Amino acid sequence: MKSRHVIIFLSLSFLTLGLFLADLAWGSIPVSVREIFSVFFGKGADAINSEILLNFRLPKAITAILAGSSLSVAGLMMQTLFRNPLADPFILGVSSGASLGVAIVMMAATLLPVAFISSGWALIVAAIIGASIVLLLVVGVSFKVNNAVTLLIVGIMFGSIAGSLVSVLQNFSNPDAIKLFVMWTFGSLSAVTWNYMQVLLPVVLIGIGMAFFLQKRLDGLLLGENYARGLGISIQQTRFLIVIASGLLAGGITAFTGPIAFVGVAIPHIARGLFRTSSHKILLPATVLCGASLLLICDIITQIPTYTLPINTVSALFGAPIIIWIILKRK
Amino acid sequence: MSILSTQNLTIGYSKKGKTDVVQSDLNLELRAGELVCLIGPNGSGKSTLLRTLVGLQKSLSGKTAIDGKNIAGISQHEKALLISLVLTDRVDVENATVKDIVSFGRHPYSNWWGNSTEEDDKQVSEALEMVHIQKKANHYLNELSDGERQRVMIAKALAQDTPIIMLDEPTAHLDLPNRVEIMLLLHKLAHKTQKAILLSTHELDLALQAADRIWLMGTDAGVECGVPEDMVFNGSFNRTFESRSYFFNAANGNFSMNYPMTGKVSVSGNKTRLYWTLRALARAGFEVVENADVRILVTENGWQIDNKTISSVEELLLDLTQLVMIDTTPGI
Repeated sequence: MKSRHVIIFLSLSFLTLGLFLADLAWGSIPVSVREIFSVFFGKGADAINSEILLNFRLPKAITAILAGSSLSVAGLMMQTLFRNPLADPFILGVSSGASLGVAIVMMAATLLPVAFISSGWALIVAAIIGASIVLLLVVGVSFKVNNAVTLLIVGIMFGSIAGSLVSVLQNFSNPDAIKLFVMWTFGSLSAVTWNYMQVLLPVVLIGIGMAFFLQKRLDGLLLGENYARGLGISIQQTRFLIVIASGLLAGGITAFTGPIAFVGVAIPHIARGLFRTSSHKILLPATVLCGASLLLICDIITQIPTYTLPINTVSALFGAPIIIWIILKRK
Repeated sequence: MSILSTQNLTIGYSKKGKTDVVQSDLNLELRAGELVCLIGPNGSGKSTLLRTLVGLQKSLSGKTAIDGKNIAGISQHEKALLISLVLTDRVDVENATVKDIVSFGRHPYSNWWGNSTEEDDKQVSEALEMVHIQKKANHYLNELSDGERQRVMIAKALAQDTPIIMLDEPTAHLDLPNRVEIMLLLHKLAHKTQKAILLSTHELDLALQAADRIWLMGTDAGVECGVPEDMVFNGSFNRTFESRSYFFNAANGNFSMNYPMTGKVSVSGNKTRLYWTLRALARAGFEVVENADVRILVTENGWQIDNKTISSVEELLLDLTQLVMIDTTPGI
């Protein structure tokens, strides 16, 4: 690794750590950094601060880190797989699939047993199932279609189908259910309690672990599928593993936080720009750090006093200009 | 020594039970240390054959063996240790240096994490030197010209250190100096490294000069193999590229056009200028015969017709049209 890369990695790590602390400290009730340390190391901290930090802000900050890194890593893998700078898990219809699952539970709730719905687990399970079904369909097509661009279009179509099914459901639902669903689509990092974290964390770790395991093959895919085959890479298997890993990362996060757009597209480009490399060995940890930092920043911004903004709105403010910049740069 | 051979190989496409045979019953042999050029008209199946030989596409029947092993039975990874590819696919990797691209050739040898060993570094720098691009090793790919890019991809194939290298149209999109350079480079590499190099090309004259052996592919006519000169003597090229508007000129290894001949002249004189004079006359539609009414004498610095000195080809052709009765009936 070049010394320049080490310096950027160190700065990014410190930035992420600093933002993590800032995210814990910032909020409607400010908590000083010294107070944060005394809560963590159990040195007679204030009971209210302790409650706010441990049960609200800490899981939220960790969720921000997990969501930022997961969506970015999934985006990086998709961009490499499709050799398309604008590809990300949402284009493959993952978020639409998850939305469909969530919409079914929220708006067709009268058909389901009450206990199942009130536990909140119904939403999570439904979102993951919805995301997985769309992904499996895309994977199925990927065995038939050899062309990456065609697969991308098929993904968009599956997403559209899921999206229109959601609209159909909305037509037949009562206003309360629609409001609940619309709130979910805004995205929120605070929905993840410690109980949910026990599910989310292993899913994310497996996904990111798979991405690191695939890094050499991802490098090979940069040359295009035919060259990659010539280097001894099994394309079908690699494509399947990439889709599974991205599905776990993007599907899992979407289920818990609602769709958070633009992060998956934008962060890989920021990482490439910072490190000026195409090697996934460097880009993967770089996207983890950049993605975590970006969502922490977004979360800090959503905490402006008196109003709490939806995370999706804030991430779009960052992400959309980056996408415009990519398109202009490509011309 | 034969390193790759095919037995009754039939290539083509099969879709929904319908088979489209491109070439059938091919028995080919590729030898170590030889540059083989695959030539044929468009649509004869050059790319299909290459893709089938390297296993990017399934054969319809028959088999391909490398070192006696059937390629249908060996894994993708083993294949990567036997054949390296240079394809027509455009490689556009953001932020990748020349060295990064060439290092891809070492992929089949490295562990899952992709750490490079001293051997890898050595092979990469040797490959860079062999294609004479070591000075640009740290340049980004998008800073290179098309010819340099092609050399980088060849270096990648060399770094892969396989006994066979296959190249699909490596000289397409290149200007003449680069085309000649790439062909010479491949010829030298085949002899120096004792690799078997197979490439498809449209450049008949270049192939005739550089190839140790030609695989000539006709539409629905199978593949003829042989040393280039033998194939010139036995008229293979004329049979394969049969046409009314041009013919294979065995005198210079080029295709010449069949111009409609409308006038007759005789020509004699200076040798170098004679060649170009004949070309100009052919294009303008004058057949050169022994004893014509109009006689042209080619001199050191001009031409003479009936003691009139002419200094340029343009004037010469203008004078000739006035002197020789040309049949200008419409329809010719």
